[in-house]
Amino acid sequence: MTAALPAGPIAAPRRQLFVGTAVACVAGTMLIGGMCAIWVLIRQRHVDAGERFAGKYIITEVATNVMLMTVFALCLFAQWAVYSGKRGDRAHTGLALGVVALLAVAFINAQSFVWHDMAVPIRENYYGALFYALTGTMTALVVIGLVFSAISAFRTLGGRLRDPEILSAHALYWYFTATAYSAVWFVVYVTK
Amino acid sequence: MTTIDTRPDADAALDSVGSFFACAAAWVATTDHKRIGRLFVAMGLLVLTASSILGALLGFERSSDAGTFLDVNALLQMFQMYRVGLVFGALIPISLGLAVAIAPLQLGARQIAFPRVALTGFYAWLGGLALSMTALGRNGGIGGGDGDMVDLFVAGHGLMALGLLAAAGCVATSVLTTRAPGMTMRRVPLFAWSALIGSLGLLLVLPVVFGSVVYLFVDNRYAQFNFGGPEGIGAWLGWVFSVPAVVVFAIPALGVAAEMIPVTFKRRQALRGVAFAGIALVGVTALSAVTQQLVNDVSWDTGQNTSEFLKQAVPFLIFAGLPLLGLVIVIGLGGLTAQGGIKHAKPKITAGFVFSFFGLGMIAVGLLGNALQSIVDLELVGTVFEEGAVIYVVYGTLLGVLGGLCFWAPKLWGRVLPEMQVLPLALLGVLGTVLAGLPLYIAGFADQAGGVPATDIDVSTLLTTGDVSQAALWNGLSAAGHALVALTVLAFVGLLLKAFMSGEQAEVNPFGGHTIEWGAPSPAPAENYDYVPTVASPEPQFDMSSEGSMS
Repeated sequence: MTAALPAGPIAAPRRQLFVGTAVACVAGTMLIGGMCAIWVLIRQRHVDAGERFAGKYIITEVATNVMLMTVFALCLFAQWAVYSGKRGDRAHTGLALGVVALLAVAFINAQSFVWHDMAVPIRENYYGALFYALTGTMTALVVIGLVFSAISAFRTLGGRLRDPEILSAHALYWYFTATAYSAVWFVVYVTK
Repeated sequence: MTTIDTRPDADAALDSVGSFFACAAAWVATTDHKRIGRLFVAMGLLVLTASSILGALLGFERSSDAGTFLDVNALLQMFQMYRVGLVFGALIPISLGLAVAIAPLQLGARQIAFPRVALTGFYAWLGGLALSMTALGRNGGIGGGDGDMVDLFVAGHGLMALGLLAAAGCVATSVLTTRAPGMTMRRVPLFAWSALIGSLGLLLVLPVVFGSVVYLFVDNRYAQFNFGGPEGIGAWLGWVFSVPAVVVFAIPALGVAAEMIPVTFKRRQALRGVAFAGIALVGVTALSAVTQQLVNDVSWDTGQNTSEFLKQAVPFLIFAGLPLLGLVIVIGLGGLTAQGGIKHAKPKITAGFVFSFFGLGMIAVGLLGNALQSIVDLELVGTVFEEGAVIYVVYGTLLGVLGGLCFWAPKLWGRVLPEMQVLPLALLGVLGTVLAGLPLYIAGFADQAGGVPATDIDVSTLLTTGDVSQAALWNGLSAAGHALVALTVLAFVGLLLKAFMSGEQAEVNPFGGHTIEWGAPSPAPAENYDYVPTVASPEPQFDMSSEGSMS
């Protein structure tokens, strides 16, 4: 028994998944922003002490720049999935999500290459722990995005093609990831 | 009776065992937001009681010779247990738990957004807390002697932060997306608004904690070059156990008081939009926490030029002044609403109102302490003044949450708590809070050292109160205050259990609540509403009452 307030119409969907993803992206922005801030602070301390911050390590710039292009390409293909989903184009939606997943794997592969190529030991000096903590966290965010792409593909291709919310949320996540990596790229690989 | 019949009492016993396990399973895997919220609150109250008792023991230790009550070798970890317990173990879960339990109900939602994520958040927080406390118990923590346990302590904090973030994300998403038809953001109940602001505050603060934890864990485990090793953890993580960060976690308790003042005085909230702005201004403390604006070097030297003074004063006014202004607005508008109400009808003062009203006052004293502490000229940095401010905020939040539990008990348990028995507890809680916090403010002005210790030397400094006159008195009073707060919580839980076991069934709207949850049955069923009501004003239930139709 409830009180005499009149019953409302069935509530229109308010894009809960999209808003939830946006909220998660706010938290992710604070995470990467905070980590970059700590990186800059530690770097400043070493620079003030007259040290070369990255020490003897040489940044693998080609790979890191390609990674930056990859995350922006990811956004493009994620948006293509949204566009195709809204049009009910199953084939193109599947193709777009597949390319997104492929590029995400390529990003992770490139990051592994950078780790291998730079060969920074984690124990020997101040740089290793910082480097692996920040780039590792960034890679974890991309892995989460990859899982998100897989779930989006299962749901969309499993018959919920006309429900574009998950595709929009998925695209939003990749926009966030691109922004986060841009910050990491600038702080870790450009300013060094 | 045939030979294969079992005895009826054996059947009953089997049934009760079976129903116990069924009930336990229903709670463990629940997706009902009211249960998830109550799990947060129950565990938070348990940890708060333990922390208060520990605080009392530490207070007595500080008021006497070292080693009188506690093992000197364990004091480093005990001080940290006390502080971690107060903030991560109690303050955040009880305020967030109340938001999880009540906000969706107030919004007219059938469920919280992503209920399984919220439940996972609870378990992650609980697991992280268990790991952190285990690490502290085995010589870990800040400056701990066992490297693995130090790492476990840090990792536990990461897990707690993730869990609380998950639950906060669910609350924020719920307020933004699951409102009843007609409930625009301007019509959202004040408590739900404070839950949104508090959750957004958590979403801004805890990721920074998590990022610090990642660095600390990797560095401490493998290198120990950048962050000072185990002793350095406090310098990078200690800010989250202190003001101003803790004020962010208290925001839902402000919402409880703001919600209950119009109900008590049977009036609509005066200047509702301004009240929203006031609660939001308190959220500015999230920015002061993550930007580490812990000290404001404002000089009051009259000889300096105006631009120089403004350059120093503006950050102070933004980061310490705006939250205080927000709280003043909330209190002022509460007073305005009460003033209007007294003229028209006799107020209905309930135990819940008394709890939340005094909770609001205690948080205000803590926020004032935060502003004073950050002024370098007062030389309060590094003293126990900061601990006093934290205590005011934590125990003020506790009082607010207990007030909320009194108020919404009909919806959560279907029972009304016995007013005449609960009311003295509110006064006992206030007395305990004042006794626990005020002496530390005084001792802070007398330069007694404080803070979260990172080494045994820090512990010795905390215990060395020889230069501070009457230190034993201040610390002894503070210890007694902690004990009274622990007693308050235990007695409150006892009364709650008694009411649940043998109390009378509550009416649908026993307190004359204004918002739509008071149209739901008592207790609210698993999906809250038989049908989703339409909302045409911020106080839909009040509109239908005699006072509401006249105003």
